[in-house]
Amino acid sequence: MPYLDYAASAPLRPEALAAMLPLLERPAANPSSQHGPGRAARAAVETAREQVAALVGAAPSQVVFTSGGTEADNLGVKGSVLAREPGARHLVASAVEHHAVLHAAEWAVAEAGGSLDLAPVDQAGRVDLDGLAAALRPGQTALVAVMAANNEVGTGQPVAGAAELAHQAGALLLCDAVQAAGSPGVDLAGDGVDLLALAAHKLGGPTGVGALVVRPGLDLHPLLHGGGQERGLRSGTMPAAALAGFGAAADLARAERASHGARLTRLRERLLAALLRAEPALVVNGDPGGDAGPPRRASLPGLLSLRFPGRRAEDLLLLLDRAGVACSSGSACASGAVSASHVLLAMGRGPAEARETIRFSLGWGSTEADVDETGAAIRDALAVLPASAALPEARDASSPAARDANSPAVHEAPAGGVR
Amino acid sequence: MSPRRVLVAMSGGVDSSVAAALLAEQGWDVTGVHLKLADTPAHAQVQGKGCCTLADADDARRVADTIGIPFYVWDFVEEFQQAVVDDFAAEYARGRTPNPCARCNEQVKVVGLLARARTLGFDALATGHYARVEAGRLYRAADAAKDQSYVLYMLGPEELARLRLPVGEMTKPEVRATATRLGLRTAAKPESYDVCFIPDGDTAGWLERRLGRRPGAVVDTAGRALGSHQGAYRFTVGQRRGLGIAAPTPRYVLRVEPAGQRVVVGERAELAVRTVELERASATDGLGLRPGPARVRLRSHGAEIGCEVVPLGGGRVRLDLDEPCHGVAPGQAGVLYDDDLVLGGGTVVATAAAVPGG
Repeated sequence: MPYLDYAASAPLRPEALAAMLPLLERPAANPSSQHGPGRAARAAVETAREQVAALVGAAPSQVVFTSGGTEADNLGVKGSVLAREPGARHLVASAVEHHAVLHAAEWAVAEAGGSLDLAPVDQAGRVDLDGLAAALRPGQTALVAVMAANNEVGTGQPVAGAAELAHQAGALLLCDAVQAAGSPGVDLAGDGVDLLALAAHKLGGPTGVGALVVRPGLDLHPLLHGGGQERGLRSGTMPAAALAGFGAAADLARAERASHGARLTRLRERLLAALLRAEPALVVNGDPGGDAGPPRRASLPGLLSLRFPGRRAEDLLLLLDRAGVACSSGSACASGAVSASHVLLAMGRGPAEARETIRFSLGWGSTEADVDETGAAIRDALAVLPASAALPEARDASSPAARDANSPAVHEAPAGGVR
Repeated sequence: MSPRRVLVAMSGGVDSSVAAALLAEQGWDVTGVHLKLADTPAHAQVQGKGCCTLADADDARRVADTIGIPFYVWDFVEEFQQAVVDDFAAEYARGRTPNPCARCNEQVKVVGLLARARTLGFDALATGHYARVEAGRLYRAADAAKDQSYVLYMLGPEELARLRLPVGEMTKPEVRATATRLGLRTAAKPESYDVCFIPDGDTAGWLERRLGRRPGAVVDTAGRALGSHQGAYRFTVGQRRGLGIAAPTPRYVLRVEPAGQRVVVGERAELAVRTVELERASATDGLGLRPGPARVRLRSHGAEIGCEVVPLGGGRVRLDLDEPCHGVAPGQAGVLYDDDLVLGGGTVVATAAAVPGG
């Protein structure tokens, strides 16, 4: 059963589970409690903090644990906007940011007197730094959000360049590194990042925990108030077991970064080669081969966003699911339907093209067998689905020939007209 | 032999829920699909009103979980918008009274989905419609009060051969009892009656937002102005209320003339028609509608009347009615029956009055 949806959620790594189990089985303890079990829980939390800090080149004291990447992005966006004067609540975000950033920014516009400009991207989904510079308002821009690598197409972003521009304008840089934290990795200090968002479950840790890494001395407004945990920036009892799993996954991701990235790149190239044999007309979205080095940052090694011209993603996904292959379309709306991805639209693709895109994402447990089975399943699915130039249309009811009462009615769809 | 595959269109209502569950019980390899037909923001949705709300998708998903079948949500917003919603507004703008459910079944829900299901390796498509398919022919539902064969008349033999309508054999109380027996959470879900994309039921208001105000005159058959109106699309042939005129005897809409934004009204006797012409006519046996006697239904819940079918060629048929029929609106479906068997039908395009000069 090949699982190629790591970018949505990676399976829990056995080492992460092993780190979590003792804390789940042990008698309950609050990491803030002043007794033996409490100290043990706190020790697990602080170990995790060190492991997560090491993953991104930060000091442990910079790590603020959250409920996940979404909360980290929200705290980064809203927290920095609310810390500024009402006249200085301008935001700039790349057009391909995750909705956790974009919708938080829209909230700031609607509810906190903020304003928002989107920085354009090129056809590969890479932020245009000139466009970003033009959107900045020195003295008024509070925050610039540029992710490390895009979650839908994998393209690495010029984070260091964006940070430099942001700082020149007196703004902070928020970098959503939810996908990139493992491989290719991020360098907080080297890239000049002020706020960095992480999620445990993309690394093989559990869902429900993440972190915002905060540069020291930075003014941030908390969103959750209560017991004052996490230096007052994020109240709430810390989930020691989940954080231990996060720490273990972060530790592995750091240790395996180089070998993991190279292995995923090989697997991805093997998959792309197999798929190109099955469908020479397929189109690669983004820039999966993007190399590291200024001003470019490496793309996600395990991510492949492909457009199958004339095939609906929904149809391919159903056939792949039936064959036991798990992957996804670029994005899904609340109802679960495949919707046209804002990332692909920002890259200049049309809505129809966006609906022909499937995302394959590999991770720590992926094997050559997974890739080969997926290639075979795609081949089978493409053999079943006729390519159609147009998006589906039900049969042409206005055609009199199809509706003649006196001649045998034509009840078959016109060839290729219906998918 | 592996079980046959069926795709079930699950709206989130009780009927399609039970359809899916019954097919699974019968040993079919069932897959559920919910068609997302509108981009209504979640916060703007009225609970239990209209279709394709998030709550409906959730209900369909949880029923699929209960049955233990794969479930998908497919985005049909564009197709539905073009084929059904835009068509609905355009038909009203032309002075007609369309039937969006028939249009949806023809373009999206049944015919469109059938072709797609076949491509994806399904042997059949099932829906929660109340109608019966036997030996490749379409019949009225067992529950006459719930019968929906009227909105399925356009299906042909190729489609009927692959369509399953499991609840068509059952009464509504039986369907609800089955849902309860199987623990489906939609068992007590209320019916939806309105046009699904106009959840508040205010069709005139919806059309006004789409088409804008188009003021015009309400006139009698001699062309004398009796009053004014804000849009001819607000009127349907046979309508008596809301004409905004004072007259000694009840007046009815006889014709809607969008070109001059004229609404022609007259006496009830002038409303009577003896012949009706259908366009885009089709026969459920695929062989074409043949001359001879039949019974016709000219609106969703209207009575049926005897008629003589006269094929005209070019997808048109004329129906010579056995008795005058009052208030036949162009745009509605005319559906022909032989007892419980659906012969076929078409869209009403023209009528001829029983009384000369009407």
